[in-house]
Amino acid sequence: MTTFDFEKPIAELEEQLEKATSIAEKGKVDMSDSITKLEAEIEKTKKEVYSNLTGWQKVQISRHPERPYTLDYIQGICDEFLELHGDRNVKDDKAMIGGFGTIEGKTYMIIGHQKGRNTKQRQMRNFGMANPEGYRKALRLMKLAEKFNKPVITFIDTPGASPGLEAEERGQGEAIARNLLEMAKLKVPVLCFIIGEGASGGALGIGIGDRVMMLEYTWYSVISPESCSSILWRSWDFKEKAADALKLTSDDMLKNGLIDGVVKEPIGGAHNNPAEIFATVKKEIKRLTKDLRALEVDDLVMQRIEKFSHMGSYHEI
Amino acid sequence: MSWFKRVKEGISTSTKDKKATPDGLWYKCPRCKKTTIKEDHVANNYVCPHCEYHHKIGSEEYFHILFDEAQYKELYDNIISGDPLEFVDSKPYTKRIEESINKTGLRDAVRVGVGKVDNQHLVVACMDFNFIGGSMGSVVGEKIGRAIDYAREHKYPVMVISKSGGARMMEAAFSLMQMAKTSAKLALLGQEGIPYISLMTDPTTGGVTASFAMLGDFNIAEPEALIGFAGPRVIKETIGKDLPKGFQSSEFLLEHGFLDFIVPRTQLKDQISTLLYMLSEKKTRQRKEKIEAAKSEA
Repeated sequence: MTTFDFEKPIAELEEQLEKATSIAEKGKVDMSDSITKLEAEIEKTKKEVYSNLTGWQKVQISRHPERPYTLDYIQGICDEFLELHGDRNVKDDKAMIGGFGTIEGKTYMIIGHQKGRNTKQRQMRNFGMANPEGYRKALRLMKLAEKFNKPVITFIDTPGASPGLEAEERGQGEAIARNLLEMAKLKVPVLCFIIGEGASGGALGIGIGDRVMMLEYTWYSVISPESCSSILWRSWDFKEKAADALKLTSDDMLKNGLIDGVVKEPIGGAHNNPAEIFATVKKEIKRLTKDLRALEVDDLVMQRIEKFSHMGSYHEI
Repeated sequence: MSWFKRVKEGISTSTKDKKATPDGLWYKCPRCKKTTIKEDHVANNYVCPHCEYHHKIGSEEYFHILFDEAQYKELYDNIISGDPLEFVDSKPYTKRIEESINKTGLRDAVRVGVGKVDNQHLVVACMDFNFIGGSMGSVVGEKIGRAIDYAREHKYPVMVISKSGGARMMEAAFSLMQMAKTSAKLALLGQEGIPYISLMTDPTTGGVTASFAMLGDFNIAEPEALIGFAGPRVIKETIGKDLPKGFQSSEFLLEHGFLDFIVPRTQLKDQISTLLYMLSEKKTRQRKEKIEAAKSEA
């Protein structure tokens, strides 16, 4: 398990607990007192550490290598899933996956960025950075969902849209732009969950939803803190400062009215208890879909367009 | 040491009497280095007559080029930027805005004008690169949104002239959401069958490319403009190789199917007018005269 610097106090206590437990197991000394004390101490320290996380620390958790990815959520939430491939034009982008999934007898179109767990997978998934064909596949699947009147769920987890020669040749800008326009007028409910990294246009390209929800320890902004630091301060050393300045955490984004809700994670992050986060997200999907299905289709679309139309900060003089 | 002393009087001319060539009488092309009389350069829509280099111009110049007799009404010029994140880098964002306003005489990176092109109504939102690199913040999103609303209300075609480095980092996610906002507004416009022309000029990159710039019913561009999603430097760093010549140029985009056509600025008004006429089928006086003149010439 990867441990971050700020988690060290917890890790140290857990180590002590482990030692105490192993001594107790050998049965020679009664350790129950110190075990109870250590457990309480761990709980207390966890609360302290995780309730005072900085923006940058949350960014680190959002990138934790054991954090659940889109396919993990699908597996953890759906009764059945049928993956659908290809954009019908160029190829099948492995950084963007999608297909029909059922949750308690209801079918949804589920689409999301996909990262890899090891070097080989990461390469295959292009680190979760989709190419134009990925965005076009996503759009094709959303149109399919619209045709068969199934709600759309997207899982967002990307360090950005893929920058490269081929991406530009095939119109990365156009592909994302088209998705924004088409998603705005999609005639079925659209739910978006930011489950890890929500970087810029690459995230927004599948992020125009009736309800956009951020998991607690995720980030969403126009640029990563590292790139922001390198542009504004001409060095990667100011990423902590940039993370604070960008106000990219779920709490900040909710406060600024740019997302619709925050989904609470297991303490310390989704990877500490995947089953728990799957259950929470599943509950949210059911609740939000029910709310949105109660609306007339025209109202649904109009409310979505209105919501994004009101985002901005300006004065009239 | 007498050779250092000025022996003859009257050789030096006081500054106020110096007869220098007045500033701006000549335009020197930064590409071919040839000079043109400034007036001629302006009359040629700021295009070098020798090498056709398109000098970067702002909204004021575009409005003059496009609108009949340079007559137009400016809309929504009372909107100025907020500072939602209280952003501070090398200086506070509010100060940066204030300085940009003072330096450029503009209020943000886009202006909206409504007027006539060969007697046909057109709403134009034109970006200004001088204002923080033409970056898209809340004001840009709001004004483009309102320009689209105005076009819907009056049933006028709308044109956006893009010239932007992309997102405005000091507004972070607020800037990002302007992509969503402008695209959502264009979805409404599209449903009403009102034409939208997107003109991309040098440079059009980042979030602007990935939203309204690429969503035109007609995507057109000036020659040799840089148009792309990721910046050339980022791509170069990613692939670790030099980029091929002409990569992300207007001509490259045309070749790959993302532009309807490339229009030299000298023909801009004429081409827009033709396009508007073809959609409306309304023969305006100028249009009639032009067609007749062409016929009699033939």
